[in-house]
Amino acid sequence: MSLNREQIAQRVAKELADGYYVNLGIGIPTLVANYVPEGIEVMLQSENGLLGMGPYPTEDELDADMINAGKETVTAAKGAAIFNSADSFAMIRGGHVDLTVLGAFEVDQHGNIASWMIPKKLIKGMGGAMDLVAGAKNIIVTMTHASKHGDSKLLEECSLPLTGVNCVKKIVTDLAVLEVKDGAFHLLERAPGVSVDEIISKTAGKLIVEGDVPEMSFD
Amino acid sequence: MSGFDKVVTSYADAMAGLKDGDTIIAGGFGLCGIPEGLIAEIKRMGTTDLTVVSNNCGVDDFGLGVLLQDKQIKKVIASYVGENALFEKQLLDGELEVELTPQGTLAEKMRAGGAGIPAFYTATGYGTPVAEGKEVKEFDGRPYILEESVTGEFAIVKAWKADRYGNLVFRHTAMNFNPMAATAGKITVAEVEEIVEPGELEPSQIHTPGIYVNRVIKGNFEKRIERVTTRKA
Repeated sequence: MSLNREQIAQRVAKELADGYYVNLGIGIPTLVANYVPEGIEVMLQSENGLLGMGPYPTEDELDADMINAGKETVTAAKGAAIFNSADSFAMIRGGHVDLTVLGAFEVDQHGNIASWMIPKKLIKGMGGAMDLVAGAKNIIVTMTHASKHGDSKLLEECSLPLTGVNCVKKIVTDLAVLEVKDGAFHLLERAPGVSVDEIISKTAGKLIVEGDVPEMSFD
Repeated sequence: MSGFDKVVTSYADAMAGLKDGDTIIAGGFGLCGIPEGLIAEIKRMGTTDLTVVSNNCGVDDFGLGVLLQDKQIKKVIASYVGENALFEKQLLDGELEVELTPQGTLAEKMRAGGAGIPAFYTATGYGTPVAEGKEVKEFDGRPYILEESVTGEFAIVKAWKADRYGNLVFRHTAMNFNPMAATAGKITVAEVEEIVEPGELEPSQIHTPGIYVNRVIKGNFEKRIERVTTRKA
């Protein structure tokens, strides 16, 4: 069985470590905040200028001056800091954010990522994604392994305009966890009940499979 | 009147001198922390051929989006423009030029512009369409692209409190691009929720020193929220 959105988020959350500053993109990455493992503390960075993002406000707490990078109303967590956009991207570009999790249309075996533009379709803009992939120490991409039509999103070379080059370290898809290094995808784990053959058939880029590939475990 | 008193009492005075073809640097993130009344005044003035530098371009009927209704904007430099149907139409019709710029690069363009730095190198955008036509230089084996800073004839910002000398304090995430925008205008206009007397703001808590600000006006804000998200109490 392939993973659903919540399970992908749950698997990504296992990559969090105590004391991490983390930036979570829109979509599945946002859900990662719901699965922070017990006993560890992470602080969420929102690139519009908030370090220490808390949960959504109650109706009573609603404040137009308090939003996240997805323009949703949020709260500040205990010990949060608020700053301007230049400072926010100084911490991103300067390599101070430990982990960025974001979605993508395509990733290739060199760690290049395409996530912001499909030519001839509406172009909305890259927002902060290019800065995040250029600056974070570690980048995890979440996406489905293949499109609805079965086309692989893990490619030899991205076909869409890039967001960043040589930056993606790990990918968590609905089928597998893969590491990107030395010009290839390395299969680390597979979703429960998903065969290595299925993953091979849905990975267009160079894929290295070594030994028995364990199934992911969910607590 | 004191030489440092920046307070004006009408929007006409706040935006006096804006002319066709000017570049306006605007603070705000989505609809959060935008100078609502100054934007409305630009619409009333009918100034055209404007270049607007702002993270976003509002929505159809609010924020900078209202300046699209009468085609006052010639060019937009922004990082994300996805919430605006009129924007999309004018872009596809070739009536509007857009220069999509990574968010951090945009913030730094404003900051550098206000700080007298004409250009800077950043790794952001290297190897992407953003890098096309830009100088590439390696530092410590990593390639960076040269990005030029921006300044404008006007900067329009929204602050929480100002004193009469133009010292500004922002509230929560309504700060966003406003402090950098404030430094990058030849004439910077701040629309604020409250004006206090000099000395009432704690000097070490001021976000934007008054030297960057030419005019201050007290505004009335709708403070529209783009996406209301709540949890149960």
